[in-house]
Amino acid sequence: MNEFKLSILDLLKEDARLSAATIATMLGAEEADVSSAIAEMERDHVIVKYATVINWSKVDDEKVTALIEVECTPERGRGFENIAERIYLYPEVKSVYLMSGAYDLLVEIEGKNLKEVASFVSNKLSTIESVIATKSFFILKKYKQDGIIFEEFEDDHRLLVSP
Amino acid sequence: MIKDEEKPLIRQDDRSRSGGMQHHLAAHAREIPPSGIRRFFDLVSASKDKDIITLGVGEPDFVTPWRVRDAAVYSLEKGKTQYTPNAGMPELREAIGQYLSNQFHLTYDPAKEMIVTVGGSEGIDLALRALIEPGDEILVPEPCYISYSPITTLSGGVAVGIETFAEDQFKLTAESLKAAITPKSKVLVLCYPSNPTGAIMTYEEMLPIAKIVEENDLIVISDEIYAELTFKGNHSSFASLPGMKDRTILVSGFSKAFAMTGWRMGYACGHPDLISAMLKIHQYTIMCAPTMGQVAALEALTKGGLEEKDRMMESYNQRRRLVVQGFREMGLECHEPQGAFYAFPSVKSTGMTSEQFAERLLLEAKVAAVPGHVFGKGGEGFLRCCYATSVSQLTEALERIDSFLRSLE
Ligand SMILES: Cc1ncc(COP(=O)(O)O)c(C=O)c1O
Repeated sequence: MNEFKLSILDLLKEDARLSAATIATMLGAEEADVSSAIAEMERDHVIVKYATVINWSKVDDEKVTALIEVECTPERGRGFENIAERIYLYPEVKSVYLMSGAYDLLVEIEGKNLKEVASFVSNKLSTIESVIATKSFFILKKYKQDGIIFEEFEDDHRLLVSP
Repeated sequence: MIKDEEKPLIRQDDRSRSGGMQHHLAAHAREIPPSGIRRFFDLVSASKDKDIITLGVGEPDFVTPWRVRDAAVYSLEKGKTQYTPNAGMPELREAIGQYLSNQFHLTYDPAKEMIVTVGGSEGIDLALRALIEPGDEILVPEPCYISYSPITTLSGGVAVGIETFAEDQFKLTAESLKAAITPKSKVLVLCYPSNPTGAIMTYEEMLPIAKIVEENDLIVISDEIYAELTFKGNHSSFASLPGMKDRTILVSGFSKAFAMTGWRMGYACGHPDLISAMLKIHQYTIMCAPTMGQVAALEALTKGGLEEKDRMMESYNQRRRLVVQGFREMGLECHEPQGAFYAFPSVKSTGMTSEQFAERLLLEAKVAAVPGHVFGKGGEGFLRCCYATSVSQLTEALERIDSFLRSLE
């Protein structure tokens, strides 16, 4: 990845709403070059999606998030690919990672309430053939996610005017 | 509303509250005017509007890099709470020496040619107090940082402003320096990159200045606190010019490049005779810079700060382009600042003074920026806008200034 594209990614990572024109000004580049670099990265799935980071705990409509450790038997030849796919296709599943260590997959699940998540784990996850065991952990509070601190930590505490 | 800028406020009180304590004050304390920045700050604070976007600050919008903060916390946990040597921790002075050599090709002996101060501010104060005798003239290219002239007055000297112009990118020219020199001239204060203009001076541009300094036996106080924030080419220190090392007191610090304003850490370097005189004053007034600040500064220079410094610098550069382009697009003339983190657009085309403009901009558009006249000669008609604030705030501020300008038409 060249430096130009990396600089664009750095800026978009902070604020996905920056226009190509603004990015071009900030980098001292041509707008057309920025647009085409962005288009290229979208095409190559370097940029996968423009999303919004939401602090759901501030919204009345609260959600429950759980992390599930899944132990399972790999399949000959395909390892964990099939089972990972079976799991990530469920809309309740937010992320799936293959892990080293005591268990195999880490699955993040989001549901309306505790009961919904629990029933997903017992009815859907645990019943998949190659799954040996699951262990659920409910997230009580999010302090930081994707590098973003959720508390009002990043306020500007400077005086309004100074030398 | 705030027209009494030129009249010192203290004098006013004097008249209205007879029987006050004013008559006890020394003349120099009574007579230096309150800072124009302070007055503007009061105006902004008084408006109590939460919606104000401020371009009026003179400090980074980053907090000190975490590893630097952590080093200070750890040192406190270990109980490092005692005085250090007057000139500063030896290992910090070593690190400063190494840093100056790596960054700016300067060689200073950490044992004799260096002193750790309470911010660049104390370095400037010490240098002026060590050099000035009553009546000495101190040459100050303006517009410039607001403290040089009042500190000169407090030391018994006379500050002589040398006006610089937007047409020269606010650089000091040899001709205007020469014209300002009198037999009483003793010190020249340089500040490049400049607060408030963002001007820099290249090595070649400083050569003729050095020649005049030599011919007139001047001492230079070179305030290079924004050295690291140089966006075009590399910063050249005035002390690196031929024959200038012994004539220069280099003042710098950690406030700007390392986002450490509240730590109050700076340093001064120069000829051992000058530094030892400054050290005497420092030792009787301050003893030593704060210990936790010194620990943090050491971390900043060695491990935790250098990479972060480069990252912050790149971010300032990006925002600089955004703001300069923004001003030009809305029709305000704006010379290209090549250092520090200020843009200095001209508002002369509106027909208002910079104070009128800044005041109306604050009240009508809710954007705070410092009127240029507070920075001395040549500042009238300009506005200091610090772009060390988030891109979304900057974009919003530019939009507001733009619609304010259009409302004037
Ligand atoms: C040109 C200049 N010199 C010195 C200082 C003082 O900095 P410090 O925080 O190191 O005392 C400032 C701060 O605004 C400045 O702009």
